Amino acid sequence: MIIYPILIPLVFAIITVLFWENQRVKRALSIISTGLLMIVNINIFFVVYREGIQVVQVGDWPAPFGISLVVDLFSAIMLLTTSIVAFLLAFYSVDGIDLARRKYGYFPLFQFLLVGVNGALCTGDLFNLYVWFEVMLMSSFVLIALGGERTQIEGAIKYVILNLLASTLFLSAIGLTYNLAGTLNMADLALRLQAVSSSGQVTVIAVLFLVAFGIKSAIFPLFFWLPASYHTPPVTITALFSALLTKVGMYTLIRFFTLLFPFESEYTHTIILISAGFTMLTGVLGAAAQTDLRRLLSFHIISQIGYIFMGLGLFTEYAIAASIYFLVHIILAKTALFLSAGMVESIQGSFDLKKLGGLYKHRVGLSMLFLLPALSVAGLPPFSGFFAKLGLIIAGLESKQYFIIGLALFVSLMTLFSMTKVWNEAYWKPPKDPQYADQQKPVSRWRLAPVIIIVVLSVLLGLFANPVFEVCQMAAAQLMDPSQYIRAVLGMVR
Amino acid sequence: MLFLMAIAAGVLFAAGIFMILRRSMVKVLVGILLLGYAANLLLFNAAPLIRGAPPLIDPVIGVPTVYADPVPQALILTAIVISFGVTAFAVVLIRRAYAVTGTGDLDNMHCTDIPCESEEILSDLEDEIL
Repeated sequence: MIIYPILIPLVFAIITVLFWENQRVKRALSIISTGLLMIVNINIFFVVYREGIQVVQVGDWPAPFGISLVVDLFSAIMLLTTSIVAFLLAFYSVDGIDLARRKYGYFPLFQFLLVGVNGALCTGDLFNLYVWFEVMLMSSFVLIALGGERTQIEGAIKYVILNLLASTLFLSAIGLTYNLAGTLNMADLALRLQAVSSSGQVTVIAVLFLVAFGIKSAIFPLFFWLPASYHTPPVTITALFSALLTKVGMYTLIRFFTLLFPFESEYTHTIILISAGFTMLTGVLGAAAQTDLRRLLSFHIISQIGYIFMGLGLFTEYAIAASIYFLVHIILAKTALFLSAGMVESIQGSFDLKKLGGLYKHRVGLSMLFLLPALSVAGLPPFSGFFAKLGLIIAGLESKQYFIIGLALFVSLMTLFSMTKVWNEAYWKPPKDPQYADQQKPVSRWRLAPVIIIVVLSVLLGLFANPVFEVCQMAAAQLMDPSQYIRAVLGMVR
Repeated sequence: MLFLMAIAAGVLFAAGIFMILRRSMVKVLVGILLLGYAANLLLFNAAPLIRGAPPLIDPVIGVPTVYADPVPQALILTAIVISFGVTAFAVVLIRRAYAVTGTGDLDNMHCTDIPCESEEILSDLEDEIL
């Protein structure tokens, strides 16, 4: 069953290419595909929740010789969240992507991106992971450059070069791992890396992976490509990237450092904590200086990545659970923010906070669609951001890492400041050009409906924080006890 | 042999890193290519280098005592194919970037940070295909 998250988008991507000229069919196929994907992933989530880790040995080659697909609770949560976002983005794309981009293959690329993301979330093989990352990156390269505006091309160059560099490092790290352990199956690796006597080599590999995925998930000091490229494509694509790409990088880091390198904790986890602190701080300080809505939100992506990373750095079960909850929260809230920004642009024709204004006067409902996720990201109760940060801070108190807690709280305050700035500039202040007040373009239902749903989901995540957090704790318990994962994968060796 | 290979991989890494630090887009691409080769060579050396022993199991003799490890070679093949595709895309992207910005110097590509007057190439493209 767990092959379907990869198969569905792949099949639909190919069918979509066949209907290159027919925009309506492409649109419908993309919605059907993501809808099916969501249903399958809901199903997978419940199966994994009830029955534990699910494994498929592709081609019936027993592990560790073949490629294993493994879905544990953490993967299932990520699969579910990303497919919900993808489904809603498929609706938003109908109006949120212009005709030229839709003609030049936006929909097939969207599907291929999902293939890569789901593959990376499901795989239990190191090299296979590399391949899925390349599938994902290739689609994202084309998506970011699609349209060919000057800023887009320049952003794409920075994005492509740094991500290729990261891929090279990833590949080198795989080579060194194979040299050291003689296997690439992650469960098998976890066993063998325990037995390796020279812990220095393991640390080198761990740090190589940390840098490679650090570039991909934009942690300090490797994040520079993100604010230089994420704001350049249409806001739908930015939302897609922010929901999927950097978060998959983060997923991989959490997976690696709980499964493969849990024994190097003193060295690597100090690095992770320091880097997490700087990631939070630089992201939010960068955002404070921005007046372009998309750039501002892009900097906030970095800042929020820092929080997830902080949970990994603390490395207790509670902290990892908080990180997982944070991942879910930020995927929903950030997508909602980007999509709201897209609607603001469609009404007033600009992302520049200096030009915007007066939205609250005419569009109260629309303003709420920004305000709720913004407060959630800033961490105000009763929204999900509050509980996510609360979890991290409790975990930090338990580990007596008071400095990082202080930093996290300070960054939270700065985030609130930043969101208030957007609220004042775009929604409350009277528009500079009084023409804007009269010329209120209607927002298409294709855009409005998905944003409403995603905001509602985000609010529900906060209101039902306790049951969701319990599931996250179960996932974290699975992650912190790698023997479950190893037994599930290798136990099938006959 | 392994020593020589290690030196070769090291030289390729050094050259690649030198090249990606250059300002010219084409030189950066060459740097990325060199780094890719270096990673492939590293992958090739991941298993012990054994001459003259095929990575095959003879059905008559059974598992031989000395055989070459086929896994790294399979990995390299995959990596080469991927890097071929990525390079093809990067070349086209660089060509496009030169056409749009009129410069090959990465230091002049600051439109993402300081807003330039946006040329609406997209709308031209739209007219073209409609």
